[in-house]
Amino acid sequence: MSDEAITDRKGGPLTRISDTLWRKPKLLIFLLILPPTLWLGIIYLGSLFALLAQSFFSIDEFTGIIQYELTLKTYGELFRPSNFDIIIRTIVMAMSVTIGAAIIGFPVAYYAARYARGKWKAIFYLGVMMPLWSSYLVKVYSWKLILAKEGILNWLFETLHLGWLLNAYLSIPIIGGNSLSVSSTGTFLVFLYVWIPFMILPIQASLERVPHSMLEASGDLGARPVQTFRFVLFPLALPGVIAGSIFTFSLTLGDYIIPQIVGSSRRFIGQAVYAYQGTAGNIPLAAAFAVVPILLMAVYLWIAKRQGAFDAL
Amino acid sequence: MTSAIRFSGVSRHYGNVKAVDNVDIDIAEGEFFAMLGPSGSGKTTSLRLIAGFERPTAGEIQIFGQVAQGIPPYKRHVNTVFQDYALFPHLNVRDNVAYGLMIAGWAKAKRHKAADEALEMVALAGYGDRKPSELSGGQRQRVALARALVNEPKALLLDEPLGALDLKLREQMQEELKSLQRSLGITFIFVTHDQGEALSMADRVAVFNEGRIVQIGAPEDIYYRPEVPFVADFVGSSNVLPPDFVAKLTGKQAFAALRPEAVFLAEQGHIAQVNSVSFLGAATRVGMRVDDVPMTMLLPKGSAIPKAGETVKVDWFSADLHVMDRT
Repeated sequence: MSDEAITDRKGGPLTRISDTLWRKPKLLIFLLILPPTLWLGIIYLGSLFALLAQSFFSIDEFTGIIQYELTLKTYGELFRPSNFDIIIRTIVMAMSVTIGAAIIGFPVAYYAARYARGKWKAIFYLGVMMPLWSSYLVKVYSWKLILAKEGILNWLFETLHLGWLLNAYLSIPIIGGNSLSVSSTGTFLVFLYVWIPFMILPIQASLERVPHSMLEASGDLGARPVQTFRFVLFPLALPGVIAGSIFTFSLTLGDYIIPQIVGSSRRFIGQAVYAYQGTAGNIPLAAAFAVVPILLMAVYLWIAKRQGAFDAL
Repeated sequence: MTSAIRFSGVSRHYGNVKAVDNVDIDIAEGEFFAMLGPSGSGKTTSLRLIAGFERPTAGEIQIFGQVAQGIPPYKRHVNTVFQDYALFPHLNVRDNVAYGLMIAGWAKAKRHKAADEALEMVALAGYGDRKPSELSGGQRQRVALARALVNEPKALLLDEPLGALDLKLREQMQEELKSLQRSLGITFIFVTHDQGEALSMADRVAVFNEGRIVQIGAPEDIYYRPEVPFVADFVGSSNVLPPDFVAKLTGKQAFAALRPEAVFLAEQGHIAQVNSVSFLGAATRVGMRVDDVPMTMLLPKGSAIPKAGETVKVDWFSADLHVMDRT
């Protein structure tokens, strides 16, 4: 039987291509998957492996020439007190930023998912996303002004006659400093501000999927609101919290601009990578530093999975 | 008999929308009480008022003699089976059932034992380790039932619990719910839009329409003696005959209900134009017009079946014509 028996439609070359792809679905999948595979495989994974390879080389301390022999010596250098401090400092900062973002982000996300409708939902998205539209540098510098000794925050404390409180806080070692803009607290606040949209949006998405009847059922079975949060709402939102924390944690681990502009002179991993691969020309050590966040994220995800964080997915 | 739930002039208005409007109910302890009505009639809102998910804008609700005003859901000794079951997806079946007991502070071994017994009661023994997502609709429904009953509530609220089940399962669950209620002896308050379900299960039925209760009574009363045209139409799919037509028959200017199965083909009687004939299995439904009044007739298996377009004569016993005083 000819084609005309079931169809009277004729087509040009485009139709013939469509027909061929329809008859060979595997070819279609192959064609669709080819570009992302090339992109991921060559550009992304390729550079990652190049980085990984570099970290197993070492540098001759006298000549400064890279020795292309596989060694764990460079990784050993990470454990020198000055380097190890950088790692610990960065991890503590990333954890604080993540926890802070989750604590502030959750109620915002909850409000948006549960109560905001129509116009208010649009306002929510605008409010959360708008900071992402402006330049990152502009935002960080404006925070430097806010946190400076001559800045609005200091002025506010003085006006409220609470200057002594701010000074007392700033005199605490490690988190304090001469002013907020040169303290670790300042770095923390700017990190928190810059990354919080990445925490709010995944939590909001996960809360969006929790039917309201689930919370009512918990209350119906005798759970007070705090218990409902602990046993139902939080476990169900946990995949969103974890997704958000992957963003805030890894973004903080890798950033080298914010601590450069706002904060004390104590360095973070990103700054160390920047310094070693640039002026110092110590690519192996920079690479070894860059592997640390990757390892940390792998460990973090493994623990999260073990703890059942993805059970509600 | 003490009353389990009492509504006195209860209203729930949302702005201009009167979801529940000046409702009085008195549900006795141990009763199987159905709230029946079309969607948006206020039956589910009434149930949610009892559970405490909604607050009345007027009137008073008493639960076992206690005024419910200001008592949050988690302090009320009633439990709900939700329409979508609302099982917790991150907990297995056993922990779902044991949830209320965990909140009440029972030790793990003790509450798991109670949960397993409750699962046995709903014929789901051995399903404790599964996740709700691994169960069929009917099984989830039973888990929701076990989760509510394990807390030994004084009243069980069921919000269209059988709505998502297929016909065969629904009929089976109707019987199981009924026998469960008899053996436990606790008050069941059951919301449904399915008149067959309400009539076959409940001791008493409240028919809701537009936020108000239009009739409360035993299933037979609701079915055979509707007080208003809405009940006749919604509950029994009765023929609702207009006042002019009824006046010609009885001399009384009022609506009347006539059950389709009470109409029969006769040698002498009213002339009827047959419009449609549908085969229903055990009976055949005939749609027709008598004196320009649309009417349906249910003919039992074995009787002569007219064809669409034919003119036939039909009649009924005057005792079957139920004249309604209210409109």
